[in-house]
Amino acid sequence: MTFAVPEPLAGSTRRLVPEEPIIRLDGVSKTFPGRGRGAPAVPALDGVDLAVAPGSVLGVIGRSGAGKSTLIRLVNGLERPTSGRVIVDGAEISGLPERSLRHARRSIGMIFQHFNLLSSRTAAGNVALPLEVAGYDRAAIRARTDELLDLVGLADKRDRYPAELSGGQKQRVGIARALATKPKVLLSDEATSALDPETTRSILGLLGRINRELNLTILLITHEMSVVRAIAREVAVIDRGRIVEQGDVFDVFTRPREAVTRSFLAEEGGRTLPPHLAERLKPEPVPGGQAVVRIVFRGPHATDPVLARLAREAGIDANILAGTVDEIAGRPFGTLVVGLPGGSEQLATALAFLAERGLDTEVLGHVA
Amino acid sequence: MSLEILSLEILPPEIVRLIVQATLDTLLMVAVAAGLGTVLGLPLGIFLATSGRGELLAAPWANRVLGAVVNATRSTPFIILVVAIIPFTRLVAGTSIGTTAAIVPLTVAATPFIARLVEGAIREVDAGLVEAARAFGASPLQIVLKVLIPEALPGIVLGLTLAVVSLLGFSAMVGAVGGGGLGDLGIRYGYQRFMPDVMAAVVVVLIVLVQAVQSLGDRLSRSLNKRVVRRA
Repeated sequence: MTFAVPEPLAGSTRRLVPEEPIIRLDGVSKTFPGRGRGAPAVPALDGVDLAVAPGSVLGVIGRSGAGKSTLIRLVNGLERPTSGRVIVDGAEISGLPERSLRHARRSIGMIFQHFNLLSSRTAAGNVALPLEVAGYDRAAIRARTDELLDLVGLADKRDRYPAELSGGQKQRVGIARALATKPKVLLSDEATSALDPETTRSILGLLGRINRELNLTILLITHEMSVVRAIAREVAVIDRGRIVEQGDVFDVFTRPREAVTRSFLAEEGGRTLPPHLAERLKPEPVPGGQAVVRIVFRGPHATDPVLARLAREAGIDANILAGTVDEIAGRPFGTLVVGLPGGSEQLATALAFLAERGLDTEVLGHVA
Repeated sequence: MSLEILSLEILPPEIVRLIVQATLDTLLMVAVAAGLGTVLGLPLGIFLATSGRGELLAAPWANRVLGAVVNATRSTPFIILVVAIIPFTRLVAGTSIGTTAAIVPLTVAATPFIARLVEGAIREVDAGLVEAARAFGASPLQIVLKVLIPEALPGIVLGLTLAVVSLLGFSAMVGAVGGGGLGDLGIRYGYQRFMPDVMAAVVVVLIVLVQAVQSLGDRLSRSLNKRVVRRA
Protein backbone atom coordinates (compact mmCIF):
# COMPACT_ATOMS: atom_id res chain seq x y z
CA MET A 1 0.00 0.00 0.00
CA THR A 2 1.31 3.42 -0.84
CA PHE A 3 0.39 6.74 0.55
CA ALA A 4 0.26 9.88 -1.42
CA VAL A 5 2.90 12.06 0.11
CA PRO A 6 1.58 15.56 0.51
CA GLU A 7 3.79 18.07 -1.18
CA PRO A 8 5.65 19.76 1.59
CA LEU A 9 5.10 23.48 2.02
CA ALA A 10 2.92 23.69 -1.08
CA GLY A 11 0.31 25.59 0.81
CA SER A 12 2.51 27.28 3.31
CA THR A 13 5.22 28.89 1.20
CA ARG A 14 2.94 31.78 0.50
CA ARG A 15 2.58 32.36 4.19
CA LEU A 16 6.30 32.78 4.61
CA VAL A 17 6.16 35.95 2.55
CA PRO A 18 4.69 38.64 4.81
CA GLU A 19 1.45 39.83 3.31
CA GLU A 20 1.26 43.38 2.08
CA PRO A 21 -1.04 45.29 4.43
CA ILE A 22 -4.32 46.36 2.81
CA ILE A 23 -4.42 49.55 4.86
CA ARG A 24 -1.21 51.39 5.66
CA LEU A 25 -0.65 54.72 7.36
CA ASP A 26 2.91 56.05 7.15
CA GLY A 27 3.79 58.86 9.54
CA VAL A 28 0.40 60.46 9.21
CA SER A 29 -0.25 63.77 10.93
CA LYS A 30 -3.34 65.90 10.76
CA THR A 31 -3.71 69.41 12.08
CA PHE A 32 -6.97 71.32 11.82
CA PRO A 33 -6.79 75.08 11.34
CA GLY A 34 -7.95 77.00 14.39
CA ARG A 35 -11.45 78.43 14.33
CA GLY A 36 -11.39 82.17 13.92
CA ARG A 37 -8.54 84.59 13.28
CA GLY A 38 -5.40 83.94 15.26
CA ALA A 39 -6.80 80.82 16.91
CA PRO A 40 -4.12 78.16 17.37
CA ALA A 41 -4.16 75.17 15.02
CA VAL A 42 -5.57 72.00 16.55
CA PRO A 43 -3.38 68.91 16.18
CA ALA A 44 -5.51 65.74 15.84
CA LEU A 45 -2.98 63.11 14.79
CA ASP A 46 0.75 63.12 15.28
CA GLY A 47 2.95 60.77 13.26
CA VAL A 48 0.68 57.73 13.19
CA ASP A 49 1.93 54.47 11.66
CA LEU A 50 -0.58 51.69 11.23
CA ALA A 51 -0.79 48.56 9.12
CA VAL A 52 -3.80 46.30 8.72
CA ALA A 53 -3.36 42.85 7.16
CA PRO A 54 -5.92 41.68 4.58
CA GLY A 55 -8.79 39.78 6.17
CA SER A 56 -8.01 40.89 9.70
CA VAL A 57 -10.01 42.88 12.23
CA LEU A 58 -8.18 45.76 13.87
CA GLY A 59 -9.77 47.69 16.71
CA VAL A 60 -8.59 51.21 17.45
CA ILE A 61 -9.59 52.26 20.93
CA GLY A 62 -9.38 55.73 22.39
CA ARG A 63 -11.18 58.38 24.39
CA SER A 64 -13.24 61.01 22.64
CA GLY A 65 -10.90 63.61 21.25
CA ALA A 66 -8.00 61.15 21.02
CA GLY A 67 -8.06 61.42 17.23
CA LYS A 68 -9.74 58.15 16.31
CA SER A 69 -12.50 59.74 14.22
CA THR A 70 -9.89 61.66 12.26
CA LEU A 71 -7.88 58.46 11.84
CA ILE A 72 -10.74 56.49 10.31
CA ARG A 73 -11.74 59.41 8.05
CA LEU A 74 -8.24 59.54 6.63
CA VAL A 75 -8.57 55.96 5.39
CA ASN A 76 -11.37 56.78 2.93
CA GLY A 77 -10.16 60.28 2.23
CA LEU A 78 -12.97 62.15 3.99
CA GLU A 79 -10.04 63.96 5.59
CA ARG A 80 -6.67 64.61 3.99
CA PRO A 81 -3.52 64.26 6.09
CA THR A 82 -1.37 67.31 6.73
CA SER A 83 1.65 65.07 6.20
CA GLY A 84 2.32 61.37 5.70
CA ARG A 85 0.73 58.82 3.40
CA VAL A 86 -2.43 56.72 3.53
CA ILE A 87 -2.44 53.65 1.28
CA VAL A 88 -5.44 51.38 0.83
CA ASP A 89 -5.28 48.33 -1.41
CA GLY A 90 -2.26 49.71 -3.23
CA ALA A 91 -3.76 53.13 -3.96
CA GLU A 92 -2.41 56.19 -2.23
CA ILE A 93 -5.66 57.65 -0.93
CA SER A 94 -3.94 60.72 0.48
CA GLY A 95 -2.68 61.73 -2.97
CA LEU A 96 -5.69 60.95 -5.18
CA PRO A 97 -7.57 63.72 -6.95
CA GLU A 98 -11.23 64.02 -5.96
CA ARG A 99 -12.62 62.09 -8.95
CA SER A 100 -10.36 59.04 -8.53
CA LEU A 101 -10.93 59.20 -4.80
CA ARG A 102 -14.69 58.82 -5.32
CA HIS A 103 -14.01 55.73 -7.37
CA ALA A 104 -11.62 54.33 -4.76
CA ARG A 105 -14.22 54.82 -2.03
CA ARG A 106 -16.42 52.20 -3.67
CA SER A 107 -14.01 49.58 -2.39
CA ILE A 108 -14.04 51.04 1.13
CA GLY A 109 -17.36 50.63 2.94
CA MET A 110 -18.21 52.63 6.05
CA ILE A 111 -20.75 52.32 8.85
CA PHE A 112 -21.61 54.96 11.42
CA GLN A 113 -22.65 55.41 15.02
CA HIS A 114 -25.93 57.06 14.04
CA PHE A 115 -26.43 54.85 10.97
CA ASN A 116 -26.85 57.86 8.63
CA LEU A 117 -29.67 56.32 6.63
CA LEU A 118 -31.89 58.43 4.38
CA SER A 119 -35.24 58.80 6.09
CA SER A 120 -36.92 59.28 2.71
CA ARG A 121 -35.83 55.88 1.38
CA THR A 122 -36.84 52.38 2.40
CA ALA A 123 -34.31 49.82 3.61
CA ALA A 124 -33.93 48.58 0.04
CA GLY A 125 -33.72 52.15 -1.26
CA ASN A 126 -30.90 52.95 1.13
CA VAL A 127 -28.95 49.86 0.13
CA ALA A 128 -29.54 50.72 -3.55
CA LEU A 129 -28.13 54.24 -3.23
CA PRO A 130 -24.40 53.43 -3.58
CA LEU A 131 -25.29 51.20 -6.53
CA GLU A 132 -27.24 53.99 -8.24
CA VAL A 133 -24.33 56.33 -7.64
CA ALA A 134 -21.95 53.77 -9.16
CA GLY A 135 -24.20 53.50 -12.23
CA TYR A 136 -25.55 49.93 -11.92
CA ASP A 137 -28.63 49.16 -13.98
CA ARG A 138 -32.04 48.62 -12.44
CA ALA A 139 -32.06 44.81 -12.58
CA ALA A 140 -28.58 44.53 -11.11
CA ILE A 141 -29.52 46.92 -8.30
CA ARG A 142 -32.63 44.91 -7.47
CA ALA A 143 -30.72 41.63 -7.42
CA ARG A 144 -27.81 42.96 -5.34
CA THR A 145 -30.13 44.73 -2.88
CA ASP A 146 -32.12 41.55 -2.24
CA GLU A 147 -28.92 39.57 -1.81
CA LEU A 148 -27.55 42.06 0.73
CA LEU A 149 -30.74 42.39 2.76
CA ASP A 150 -30.80 38.62 2.90
CA LEU A 151 -27.19 38.56 4.11
CA VAL A 152 -27.95 40.91 7.02
CA GLY A 153 -31.20 39.11 7.85
CA LEU A 154 -33.64 41.84 6.81
CA ALA A 155 -35.22 40.32 3.70
CA ASP A 156 -38.68 40.89 5.21
CA LYS A 157 -38.03 44.58 5.91
CA ARG A 158 -37.03 45.68 2.42
CA ASP A 159 -39.91 48.14 2.02
CA ARG A 160 -39.74 49.58 5.54
CA TYR A 161 -38.56 53.13 6.19
CA PRO A 162 -35.77 53.66 8.76
CA ALA A 163 -38.26 55.22 11.19
CA GLU A 164 -40.06 51.88 11.29
CA LEU A 165 -36.89 49.94 12.17
CA SER A 166 -35.11 49.36 15.50
CA GLY A 167 -31.56 50.59 16.08
CA GLY A 168 -30.08 47.18 15.38
CA GLN A 169 -32.09 46.81 12.19
CA LYS A 170 -30.99 50.27 11.06
CA GLN A 171 -27.35 49.31 11.57
CA ARG A 172 -27.95 46.12 9.58
CA VAL A 173 -29.25 48.27 6.73
CA GLY A 174 -26.13 50.43 7.18
CA ILE A 175 -23.94 47.34 6.91
CA ALA A 176 -25.80 46.14 3.81
CA ARG A 177 -25.35 49.59 2.25
CA ALA A 178 -21.65 49.62 3.11
CA LEU A 179 -21.21 46.22 1.42
CA ALA A 180 -23.22 47.13 -1.68
CA THR A 181 -20.31 47.86 -4.00
CA LYS A 182 -18.33 44.81 -2.79
CA PRO A 183 -15.65 46.66 -0.84
CA LYS A 184 -12.45 45.02 0.38
CA VAL A 185 -12.34 47.10 3.52
CA LEU A 186 -15.04 48.04 6.02
CA LEU A 187 -14.59 51.04 8.30
CA SER A 188 -16.69 51.04 11.43
CA ASP A 189 -17.03 54.39 13.18
CA GLU A 190 -18.38 53.60 16.66
CA ALA A 191 -21.00 51.47 14.93
CA THR A 192 -22.38 49.94 18.12
CA SER A 193 -22.07 52.91 20.47
CA ALA A 194 -25.73 53.87 20.10
CA LEU A 195 -26.97 50.32 20.66
CA ASP A 196 -27.86 48.36 23.78
CA PRO A 197 -25.51 45.54 24.87
CA GLU A 198 -27.56 42.74 23.36
CA THR A 199 -27.99 44.46 19.99
CA THR A 200 -24.29 45.32 20.10
CA ARG A 201 -23.49 41.62 20.47
CA SER A 202 -25.65 40.68 17.51
CA ILE A 203 -24.19 43.43 15.29
CA LEU A 204 -20.64 42.43 16.26
CA GLY A 205 -21.59 38.84 15.51
CA LEU A 206 -22.74 39.89 12.06
CA LEU A 207 -19.51 41.83 11.45
CA GLY A 208 -17.48 38.83 12.56
CA ARG A 209 -19.39 36.58 10.18
CA ILE A 210 -18.90 39.00 7.29
CA ASN A 211 -15.20 39.18 8.10
CA ARG A 212 -14.89 35.40 7.90
CA GLU A 213 -17.24 34.67 5.02
CA LEU A 214 -16.32 37.53 2.71
CA ASN A 215 -12.71 37.81 3.90
CA LEU A 216 -13.43 41.50 4.45
CA THR A 217 -10.84 43.54 6.33
CA ILE A 218 -12.42 45.52 9.16
CA LEU A 219 -10.98 48.61 10.81
CA LEU A 220 -13.12 49.70 13.70
CA ILE A 221 -12.83 52.53 16.14
CA THR A 222 -14.50 52.49 19.50
CA HIS A 223 -14.22 53.74 23.05
CA GLU A 224 -15.40 50.43 24.46
CA MET A 225 -13.04 47.65 25.43
CA SER A 226 -15.79 45.07 25.16
CA VAL A 227 -16.20 45.78 21.42
CA VAL A 228 -12.51 45.22 20.73
CA ARG A 229 -12.51 42.08 22.87
CA ALA A 230 -15.53 40.65 21.09
CA ILE A 231 -14.36 41.00 17.52
CA ALA A 232 -10.81 42.22 17.01
CA ARG A 233 -7.68 40.13 16.84
CA GLU A 234 -5.44 43.16 16.96
CA VAL A 235 -5.80 46.37 18.87
CA ALA A 236 -4.22 49.81 18.70
CA VAL A 237 -4.62 52.21 21.60
CA ILE A 238 -4.75 55.86 20.57
CA ASP A 239 -4.18 58.73 22.94
CA ARG A 240 -3.75 62.43 22.18
CA GLY A 241 -3.18 61.81 18.49
CA ARG A 242 -0.61 59.04 18.90
CA ILE A 243 -0.81 55.27 18.83
CA VAL A 244 0.66 54.42 22.21
CA GLU A 245 0.27 50.68 22.20
CA GLN A 246 -0.47 48.11 19.54
CA GLY A 247 -0.52 44.36 19.14
CA ASP A 248 -2.40 41.16 19.67
CA VAL A 249 -5.57 41.78 21.69
CA PHE A 250 -4.70 39.17 24.32
CA ASP A 251 -1.19 40.51 24.86
CA VAL A 252 -2.22 44.14 25.07
CA PHE A 253 -5.15 43.48 27.38
CA THR A 254 -3.35 41.17 29.72
CA ARG A 255 -0.06 43.09 29.83
CA PRO A 256 -1.01 46.72 29.31
CA ARG A 257 2.02 48.99 29.24
CA GLU A 258 0.33 52.37 29.11
CA ALA A 259 -1.82 54.11 31.69
CA VAL A 260 -4.53 54.78 29.08
CA THR A 261 -4.77 51.10 28.26
CA ARG A 262 -5.08 50.28 31.96
CA SER A 263 -7.81 52.83 32.39
CA PHE A 264 -9.81 51.14 29.62
CA LEU A 265 -9.26 47.79 31.28
CA ALA A 266 -10.36 49.21 34.62
CA GLU A 267 -13.76 50.04 33.15
CA GLU A 268 -14.13 46.46 32.10
CA GLY A 269 -14.51 45.40 35.71
CA GLY A 270 -12.30 42.94 37.58
CA ARG A 271 -9.49 45.44 37.57
CA THR A 272 -11.12 48.02 39.79
CA LEU A 273 -10.91 47.49 43.51
CA PRO A 274 -14.10 47.24 45.53
CA PRO A 275 -14.80 50.71 47.01
CA HIS A 276 -14.44 49.61 50.66
CA LEU A 277 -10.93 48.41 49.85
CA ALA A 278 -9.92 51.32 47.62
CA GLU A 279 -10.80 53.81 50.39
CA ARG A 280 -8.49 52.20 52.92
CA LEU A 281 -5.56 51.76 50.54
CA LYS A 282 -2.31 53.43 51.63
CA PRO A 283 0.80 53.83 49.47
CA GLU A 284 3.20 52.95 52.31
CA PRO A 285 3.37 49.63 54.22
CA VAL A 286 1.27 49.57 57.38
CA PRO A 287 2.85 47.79 60.40
CA GLY A 288 1.06 44.53 60.92
CA GLY A 289 -1.10 45.13 57.85
CA GLN A 290 -1.46 43.47 54.47
CA ALA A 291 -0.12 44.25 51.04
CA VAL A 292 -2.80 44.38 48.35
CA VAL A 293 -1.49 42.64 45.27
CA ARG A 294 -3.07 42.11 41.87
CA ILE A 295 -2.18 38.82 40.23
CA VAL A 296 -2.81 38.38 36.51
CA PHE A 297 -3.35 34.88 35.20
CA ARG A 298 -2.75 34.59 31.50
CA GLY A 299 -3.41 31.80 29.06
CA PRO A 300 -2.14 28.41 30.29
CA HIS A 301 -1.58 29.62 33.87
CA ALA A 302 -5.11 30.89 34.27
CA THR A 303 -6.32 27.62 35.70
CA ASP A 304 -3.34 26.74 37.92
CA PRO A 305 -4.08 26.39 41.65
CA VAL A 306 -1.28 28.80 42.46
CA LEU A 307 -2.61 30.20 45.72
CA ALA A 308 -2.98 26.76 47.21
CA ARG A 309 0.64 26.05 46.31
CA LEU A 310 1.74 29.37 47.75
CA ALA A 311 0.21 28.34 51.06
CA ARG A 312 1.53 24.78 50.93
CA GLU A 313 5.00 25.29 49.53
CA ALA A 314 5.92 28.76 50.79
CA GLY A 315 3.72 28.80 53.83
CA ILE A 316 2.21 32.12 52.92
CA ASP A 317 -1.55 32.54 53.13
CA ALA A 318 -3.25 34.77 50.61
CA ASN A 319 -6.49 36.48 51.41
CA ILE A 320 -8.72 36.80 48.33
CA LEU A 321 -10.23 40.29 48.04
CA ALA A 322 -11.60 40.48 44.49
CA GLY A 323 -11.27 38.71 41.21
CA THR A 324 -12.62 37.63 37.86
CA VAL A 325 -11.88 34.94 35.34
CA ASP A 326 -12.67 35.80 31.78
CA GLU A 327 -11.79 35.05 28.21
CA ILE A 328 -10.05 37.35 25.76
CA ALA A 329 -9.72 36.42 22.12
CA GLY A 330 -10.70 32.87 23.09
CA ARG A 331 -8.00 32.48 25.74
CA PRO A 332 -8.63 32.32 29.48
CA PHE A 333 -7.56 35.31 31.49
CA GLY A 334 -8.05 36.07 35.16
CA THR A 335 -7.22 38.76 37.64
CA LEU A 336 -7.19 38.24 41.35
CA VAL A 337 -6.66 40.85 44.02
CA VAL A 338 -5.25 39.29 47.17
CA GLY A 339 -4.02 40.42 50.54
CA LEU A 340 -0.51 39.13 51.34
CA PRO A 341 1.40 39.49 54.60
CA GLY A 342 2.72 43.06 54.69
CA GLY A 343 6.19 42.27 56.02
CA SER A 344 8.69 43.10 53.29
CA GLU A 345 10.48 39.78 53.46
CA GLN A 346 7.41 37.59 53.22
CA LEU A 347 5.95 39.80 50.51
CA ALA A 348 9.13 39.54 48.43
CA THR A 349 9.09 35.75 48.82
CA ALA A 350 5.48 35.57 47.71
CA LEU A 351 6.03 37.82 44.70
CA ALA A 352 9.08 35.81 43.67
CA PHE A 353 7.09 32.58 44.05
CA LEU A 354 4.36 33.91 41.79
CA ALA A 355 6.79 35.34 39.23
CA GLU A 356 8.51 31.94 38.97
CA ARG A 357 5.21 30.46 37.89
CA GLY A 358 4.79 32.95 35.10
CA LEU A 359 2.28 35.23 36.76
CA ASP A 360 2.33 39.01 36.58
CA THR A 361 1.95 40.79 39.88
CA GLU A 362 1.45 44.38 40.85
CA VAL A 363 1.47 45.79 44.38
CA LEU A 364 -1.46 48.18 44.55
CA GLY A 365 -0.94 49.41 48.11
CA HIS A 366 -1.30 48.46 51.73
CA VAL A 367 -4.14 48.18 54.22
CA ALA A 368 -4.17 47.89 57.96
CA MET B 1 -74.89 77.76 -10.16
CA SER B 2 -73.19 78.92 -7.02
CA LEU B 3 -72.73 82.23 -8.78
CA GLU B 4 -76.48 82.64 -9.14
CA ILE B 5 -77.07 81.81 -5.54
CA LEU B 6 -74.49 84.38 -4.46
CA SER B 7 -75.85 87.05 -6.73
CA LEU B 8 -79.47 86.42 -5.78
CA GLU B 9 -78.97 86.52 -2.10
CA ILE B 10 -76.10 88.89 -1.34
CA LEU B 11 -74.50 90.85 -4.13
CA PRO B 12 -75.53 92.25 -7.48
CA PRO B 13 -74.38 90.06 -10.40
CA GLU B 14 -71.89 92.57 -11.81
CA ILE B 15 -70.11 92.69 -8.46
CA VAL B 16 -70.02 88.90 -8.33
CA ARG B 17 -68.52 88.87 -11.81
CA LEU B 18 -65.85 91.32 -10.59
CA ILE B 19 -65.04 89.12 -7.62
CA VAL B 20 -64.72 86.04 -9.82
CA GLN B 21 -62.47 87.93 -12.25
CA ALA B 22 -60.35 89.30 -9.39
CA THR B 23 -60.00 85.82 -7.89
CA LEU B 24 -58.84 84.44 -11.21
CA ASP B 25 -56.37 87.32 -11.59
CA THR B 26 -54.99 86.70 -8.10
CA LEU B 27 -54.67 82.96 -8.74
CA LEU B 28 -52.89 83.63 -12.04
CA MET B 29 -50.43 86.13 -10.55
CA VAL B 30 -49.69 84.01 -7.51
CA ALA B 31 -49.40 80.75 -9.46
CA VAL B 32 -47.06 82.16 -12.11
CA ALA B 33 -44.96 84.08 -9.58
CA ALA B 34 -44.74 81.06 -7.28
CA GLY B 35 -43.85 78.82 -10.23
CA LEU B 36 -41.13 81.15 -11.54
CA GLY B 37 -39.99 81.90 -8.00
CA THR B 38 -39.54 78.17 -7.38
CA VAL B 39 -37.70 77.60 -10.64
CA LEU B 40 -35.26 80.37 -9.72
CA GLY B 41 -35.35 80.12 -5.92
CA LEU B 42 -34.85 76.36 -5.58
CA PRO B 43 -31.42 76.21 -7.22
CA LEU B 44 -30.47 79.50 -5.56
CA GLY B 45 -31.45 78.11 -2.16
CA ILE B 46 -29.56 74.89 -2.76
CA PHE B 47 -26.52 76.88 -3.81
CA LEU B 48 -26.71 79.11 -0.72
CA ALA B 49 -26.98 76.05 1.51
CA THR B 50 -24.04 74.19 0.00
CA SER B 51 -21.51 76.80 -1.15
CA GLY B 52 -20.21 78.20 2.12
CA ARG B 53 -16.58 77.79 3.10
CA GLY B 54 -15.63 74.12 3.38
CA GLU B 55 -19.02 72.93 2.17
CA LEU B 56 -20.00 70.59 -0.64
CA LEU B 57 -19.86 73.09 -3.53
CA ALA B 58 -17.58 75.52 -1.73
CA ALA B 59 -17.62 78.92 -3.47
CA PRO B 60 -17.44 81.35 -0.54
CA TRP B 61 -17.30 84.48 -2.69
CA ALA B 62 -20.28 83.65 -4.88
CA ASN B 63 -22.08 82.58 -1.72
CA ARG B 64 -21.41 85.91 -0.06
CA VAL B 65 -22.41 87.99 -3.10
CA LEU B 66 -25.64 86.07 -3.73
CA GLY B 67 -26.43 86.13 -0.02
CA ALA B 68 -26.07 89.92 -0.01
CA VAL B 69 -28.34 90.28 -3.07
CA VAL B 70 -30.93 88.03 -1.46
CA ASN B 71 -30.81 90.05 1.76
CA ALA B 72 -31.13 93.33 -0.10
CA THR B 73 -34.22 92.16 -1.97
CA ARG B 74 -35.72 90.67 1.16
CA SER B 75 -35.23 93.85 3.16
CA THR B 76 -36.97 96.10 0.63
CA PRO B 77 -40.67 96.53 1.52
CA PHE B 78 -42.73 94.99 -1.26
CA ILE B 79 -44.61 98.15 -2.19
CA ILE B 80 -41.27 99.99 -2.60
CA LEU B 81 -39.88 97.09 -4.64
CA VAL B 82 -42.86 97.24 -6.98
CA VAL B 83 -42.26 100.89 -7.76
CA ALA B 84 -38.46 100.73 -7.70
CA ILE B 85 -38.20 98.07 -10.38
CA ILE B 86 -40.75 99.59 -12.80
CA PRO B 87 -38.09 100.04 -15.55
CA PHE B 88 -37.15 96.36 -15.20
CA THR B 89 -40.80 95.35 -15.27
CA ARG B 90 -41.32 97.34 -18.47
CA LEU B 91 -38.28 95.66 -19.99
CA VAL B 92 -39.53 92.15 -19.18
CA ALA B 93 -43.30 92.47 -19.59
CA GLY B 94 -43.38 95.25 -22.19
CA THR B 95 -45.55 97.33 -19.87
CA SER B 96 -45.51 98.32 -16.25
CA ILE B 97 -49.27 98.30 -15.77
CA GLY B 98 -51.69 95.40 -15.39
CA THR B 99 -51.92 91.89 -14.05
CA THR B 100 -49.21 90.44 -16.32
CA ALA B 101 -46.79 93.20 -15.41
CA ALA B 102 -47.51 92.62 -11.72
CA ILE B 103 -46.12 89.11 -12.05
CA VAL B 104 -42.62 90.58 -12.45
CA PRO B 105 -42.28 92.24 -9.01
CA LEU B 106 -44.09 89.30 -7.41
CA THR B 107 -41.51 86.92 -8.88
CA VAL B 108 -38.65 89.19 -7.87
CA ALA B 109 -39.94 89.19 -4.31
CA ALA B 110 -40.75 85.48 -4.25
CA THR B 111 -37.39 84.22 -5.53
CA PRO B 112 -35.12 85.26 -2.62
CA PHE B 113 -37.86 84.40 -0.15
CA ILE B 114 -38.15 80.87 -1.54
CA ALA B 115 -34.35 80.64 -1.77
CA ARG B 116 -33.99 81.33 1.97
CA LEU B 117 -36.74 78.84 2.84
CA VAL B 118 -35.13 76.16 0.65
CA GLU B 119 -31.72 76.96 2.16
CA GLY B 120 -33.16 76.47 5.63
CA ALA B 121 -34.75 73.15 4.69
CA ILE B 122 -31.50 71.87 3.12
CA ARG B 123 -29.46 72.92 6.15
CA GLU B 124 -31.79 70.88 8.33
CA VAL B 125 -30.61 67.69 6.59
CA ASP B 126 -28.31 65.73 8.92
CA ALA B 127 -24.65 66.30 7.96
CA GLY B 128 -24.09 62.58 8.63
CA LEU B 129 -26.07 61.74 5.48
CA VAL B 130 -23.74 63.86 3.38
CA GLU B 131 -20.76 62.20 5.00
CA ALA B 132 -22.22 58.74 4.32
CA ALA B 133 -22.85 59.66 0.68
CA ARG B 134 -19.30 60.97 0.28
CA ALA B 135 -18.03 57.77 1.88
CA PHE B 136 -19.71 55.58 -0.73
CA GLY B 137 -18.37 57.68 -3.57
CA ALA B 138 -21.18 60.09 -4.48
CA SER B 139 -20.25 63.28 -6.35
CA PRO B 140 -21.43 66.66 -5.05
CA LEU B 141 -24.14 66.79 -7.72
CA GLN B 142 -25.32 63.27 -6.85
CA ILE B 143 -25.40 64.26 -3.18
CA VAL B 144 -27.58 67.26 -3.97
CA LEU B 145 -29.97 65.31 -6.21
CA LYS B 146 -30.14 61.99 -4.38
CA VAL B 147 -29.62 62.99 -0.76
CA LEU B 148 -30.23 66.66 0.02
CA ILE B 149 -33.33 67.35 -2.08
CA PRO B 150 -35.23 64.13 -1.24
CA GLU B 151 -34.40 64.48 2.47
CA ALA B 152 -35.33 68.18 2.54
CA LEU B 153 -38.48 67.76 0.44
CA PRO B 154 -41.03 67.83 3.29
CA GLY B 155 -39.43 71.05 4.55
CA ILE B 156 -39.22 72.52 1.05
CA VAL B 157 -42.93 71.84 0.50
CA LEU B 158 -43.79 73.59 3.76
CA GLY B 159 -41.59 76.51 2.71
CA LEU B 160 -43.30 76.78 -0.67
CA THR B 161 -46.67 76.72 1.06
CA LEU B 162 -45.58 79.63 3.21
CA ALA B 163 -44.29 81.43 0.11
CA VAL B 164 -47.63 81.02 -1.70
CA VAL B 165 -49.53 82.34 1.31
CA SER B 166 -47.18 85.33 1.48
CA LEU B 167 -47.62 85.91 -2.26
CA LEU B 168 -51.40 86.07 -1.77
CA GLY B 169 -50.72 88.93 0.62
CA PHE B 170 -48.20 90.63 -1.67
CA SER B 171 -50.57 90.35 -4.63
CA ALA B 172 -53.00 92.68 -2.84
CA MET B 173 -50.43 95.47 -3.19
CA VAL B 174 -49.87 95.28 -6.92
CA GLY B 175 -53.08 97.20 -7.44
CA ALA B 176 -50.83 100.21 -6.87
CA VAL B 177 -49.36 99.68 -10.33
CA GLY B 178 -52.62 98.70 -11.94
CA GLY B 179 -52.36 94.98 -11.30
CA GLY B 180 -55.75 93.39 -10.80
CA GLY B 181 -56.75 90.84 -8.24
CA LEU B 182 -58.61 90.63 -4.98
CA GLY B 183 -56.59 93.23 -3.10
CA ASP B 184 -57.11 95.80 -5.81
CA LEU B 185 -60.86 95.07 -5.85
CA GLY B 186 -61.10 95.36 -2.08
CA ILE B 187 -59.33 98.74 -2.07
CA ARG B 188 -61.17 100.27 -5.02
CA TYR B 189 -64.69 99.04 -4.33
CA GLY B 190 -64.70 98.06 -0.69
CA TYR B 191 -62.70 101.02 0.62
CA GLN B 192 -62.80 103.89 -1.89
CA ARG B 193 -66.44 103.37 -2.91
CA PHE B 194 -67.64 102.48 0.58
CA MET B 195 -68.94 98.98 -0.27
CA PRO B 196 -68.28 96.97 2.90
CA ASP B 197 -70.01 93.89 1.48
CA VAL B 198 -67.42 93.78 -1.34
CA MET B 199 -64.65 94.16 1.21
CA ALA B 200 -66.14 91.33 3.25
CA ALA B 201 -66.44 89.12 0.18
CA VAL B 202 -62.80 89.76 -0.76
CA VAL B 203 -61.64 88.89 2.76
CA VAL B 204 -63.70 85.71 2.79
CA VAL B 205 -62.31 84.57 -0.56
CA LEU B 206 -58.73 85.28 0.63
CA ILE B 207 -59.30 83.35 3.84
CA VAL B 208 -60.65 80.39 1.91
CA LEU B 209 -57.68 80.49 -0.49
CA VAL B 210 -55.11 80.63 2.31
CA GLN B 211 -56.83 77.80 4.16
CA ALA B 212 -56.91 75.68 1.02
CA VAL B 213 -53.25 76.32 0.17
CA GLN B 214 -52.10 75.70 3.74
CA SER B 215 -53.94 72.43 4.25
CA LEU B 216 -52.89 71.17 0.82
CA GLY B 217 -49.25 71.99 1.62
CA ASP B 218 -49.46 70.43 5.09
CA ARG B 219 -50.94 67.26 3.73
CA LEU B 220 -48.37 66.94 0.94
CA SER B 221 -45.49 67.60 3.34
CA ARG B 222 -46.79 65.04 5.79
CA SER B 223 -47.16 62.36 3.14
CA LEU B 224 -43.56 63.02 2.02
CA ASN B 225 -42.18 62.90 5.55
CA LYS B 226 -41.10 59.34 6.37
CA ARG B 227 -39.34 60.33 9.57
CA VAL B 228 -42.48 59.80 11.59
CA VAL B 229 -44.06 56.39 11.81
CA ARG B 230 -47.76 56.46 10.95
CA ARG B 231 -49.98 53.51 11.63
CA ALA B 232 -52.42 52.82 8.85
